[in-house]
Amino acid sequence: MIQIKDLHKSYHMGSNSLHVLKGINFEVKEGELVSIMGSSGSGKSTLLNILGMLDEADTGQYILDGFPIKNLNEKVAAKYRNEFLGFIFQSFNLINYKSALDNVALPLYYQNIKRKERIEKAEHYLEKVGLAQWSHHLPSELSGGQKQRVAIARALASDPKVLLADEPTGALDTKTSYEVMELIQGINDEGKTILVVTHENDIANMTKRIVNLKDGVIIDDSTVEQVRASQYV
Amino acid sequence: MFDIERWQEIFETLRKNKLRTFLTGLSVASGIFILVILLGFSKGIENGVTSQFQQDATNMITVWTGRTTKEYKGLNPGRYVQLKNDNFDMISQKYEDYIEYETSLYSIWGGTISYKGESGNYRIRGVMPDHQFIENADISVGRFVNQSDYNENKKVAVIGNKLKTDLFKDEDPIDKNISVFGMNFKVIGVFYDPGGEREENQAYIPISTAQKVFNAGDNIRNMLFTVKMSDNFDDAVALSQSISKGIEDQIKQIHTVAPDDTSAVRVYNTLENAKQIYSLIGIINAVFWFIGVFTLVAGIVGVGNIMLIIVKERTKEIGIRKALGALPMSIVGMILQEAVFVTMFAGLFGLIFGLASLEIFGPMVETFTDFIKYPQVDFNTALTSVFLLVFAGAIAGFIPAYRAAKIKPIIALRDE
Repeated sequence: MIQIKDLHKSYHMGSNSLHVLKGINFEVKEGELVSIMGSSGSGKSTLLNILGMLDEADTGQYILDGFPIKNLNEKVAAKYRNEFLGFIFQSFNLINYKSALDNVALPLYYQNIKRKERIEKAEHYLEKVGLAQWSHHLPSELSGGQKQRVAIARALASDPKVLLADEPTGALDTKTSYEVMELIQGINDEGKTILVVTHENDIANMTKRIVNLKDGVIIDDSTVEQVRASQYV
Repeated sequence: MFDIERWQEIFETLRKNKLRTFLTGLSVASGIFILVILLGFSKGIENGVTSQFQQDATNMITVWTGRTTKEYKGLNPGRYVQLKNDNFDMISQKYEDYIEYETSLYSIWGGTISYKGESGNYRIRGVMPDHQFIENADISVGRFVNQSDYNENKKVAVIGNKLKTDLFKDEDPIDKNISVFGMNFKVIGVFYDPGGEREENQAYIPISTAQKVFNAGDNIRNMLFTVKMSDNFDDAVALSQSISKGIEDQIKQIHTVAPDDTSAVRVYNTLENAKQIYSLIGIINAVFWFIGVFTLVAGIVGVGNIMLIIVKERTKEIGIRKALGALPMSIVGMILQEAVFVTMFAGLFGLIFGLASLEIFGPMVETFTDFIKYPQVDFNTALTSVFLLVFAGAIAGFIPAYRAAKIKPIIALRDE
C-alpha cells in the first residue's frame, strides 16, 4: 500500500538547516496497523505529514497504492488527499461552527456528492463511532473523546485507502484513549490500513507493528503482539 | 458560480457566523447609507440655492443714471444725464440677438392711490410687458401689462398683493377703477413677488401711460435687460459683461459723459454676483464629494480589514478543508463568493435604506429651510459606489484568501 525509499527532509530556518528525515525506507501492506514511535524531534510527525501529502519530501520515493507521489500539482494533491487519505489529528481539527454531522459530511462535499447522500453517509459513519444521537451538536458541546470520534468518522467518510493518525490520543485521558484505540482497532479489523504516530508505549502496543524513529532514521521495525484495547474499557 | 451546493455551503457558513456576517454587512451598509445621504443633501443644497437665486433672473443688466462729476469736452460737471426712449430703442436694437427680455422704466416713488374710502402712498412704476418676466412677478389673478396696453397708453394697473389687501380688503379688484393722482386706472391683475411685502407694495402701469400722465415726455429712469443664458456659465458671464460695457460706453457717448465718470451712468450686471453663488455651490459640492469619497475609502478600508480578519480567523479552517481534499481555488472562490454576497446584499440594503430616508426625511428638512430642495441622489452614482465597494472588498479579500489557500495545510493546521 505504502512504499517509501530513501526519504529525506530538511527544514530551513534562516541560515540554519535542520535535517529531520535522513533516509527513511519502509513499506506498509494493506490492512496493517502500524505505529510510528519516537521522542519529540525524531521526525515522526514530519514523516506522517509527508505520507499525508500535507508536506513534501526533498528527495526520495513515495508510492501510495501504486501512485507515485512526487511534484503533484495542487489539484491532484487535493484529489489524492480526498480519495486516498483520512486524517485524525491530536487537536481534532473539527470546524467549530459546523455540527458533528456536517463535519463528517465535509470530505464528501469535496467529492461533489449531493447533499442528501452526504448526510446519509455521514449519519452512517457517526453511528459507526457511536455518536448518532450527537449528530446535531457543535464540537464545543462534545467531550474530547467524542470530538475524536467525530474526527474518526470524518476520516472514514470518504472511504480512504489509508488512515493517518497523528497522536490521536495525545489530548485525551487514559480511559478515553483506550476507547478511541478500541475504535481504531475495530476499523483495522475491517481491513483498513492505519498509521498511528504516538510516543506512548501502551498505545503503540495496541497496534500490530511498531516503527521506532530516532534522529531521522528508523532504528527498529518489528511486529508486536497486539494488545486489545477492549480489555481495558 | 451558480452551484447550488456551493451556495448551500455559503449560506450555512453565514448562518453559523451571524455576528461576523452582521458586522461586515453593517460596515458596508452604513458606508453606502452615509454616502447616499451626503450626496443627496449636497444635491439638495445645490437645488435649494440655485432655486433661491433663480427667483430673480440671474442674468439681469440694470442701467441707471445720475449727475456727471467730471468735466468732459467743455461741459461742466453736475449735469443730469436723462435717459430717453430713443436710447432704449437704440440699445434694444443693437443687442437684439442677445437680449431675452427688456423694459424701460419710469417710476414715481410716492403716488397716492385710492379706492372708495381707502387710500395710501404707493410706488408706481411704468413698465413694459417684459417686466413680468424680469421681476419674476407671480400673477395671482388677472394679467400683467400687455403689448396693447403699452401701445395704446391704456390706463390700466397691476397691483401688488399688499396694495390690494390695503385698498380692497376681500373685494375682487379686477376691473375696478382705482384713482391715481385723481385719474382713474382699471385694475387688470394682482401679483405676488418672492421678494415679499415691500415688492408687493406697488402698482405697475404701462410706461407709455406713465410718461403721459406724469408729464415725462419721452424720459425714462432706468432700463432693464436680461441676457439669454448660454450653457457654459463662464461664457454667460463674459457675454453679460461685454454687453454691459457696450451699453455703458454707448450711453456715455450719446450724453457726452467722460468715459471714467462712474456716477453719471451706471450699468450693473447681476451675473457677477451669481458667479460667486455658483462657485459657492461648486465648493459645497466639492466638499460633499470629498467627504463622500473618503467615506467610501474608509468603507473600502473597513471591508478590506474585515476580510483580512475573516481570512486570518479561517486559516485553520482552510487547512482542515485542504487536508480533506479542497482545491485551493475552491477555497478562495468560497471566501470571495461569500464576501461578495454579503457586501453586495448589505450595499444594496444601505442604498435602498438611504434612498428611502431621503425620500421620507427630505420633504421634512425642506420645510425647515429654503436652502435645501429635492435632496436626491443620482441612482447610477449610488449604484456605482456599491459596486466599487463590493469590488474593493473582493480584491481586499482575494489577496489574503489566495495567500492562505497557498499555505501548506500542515502550517495552516498548526495555526492556533
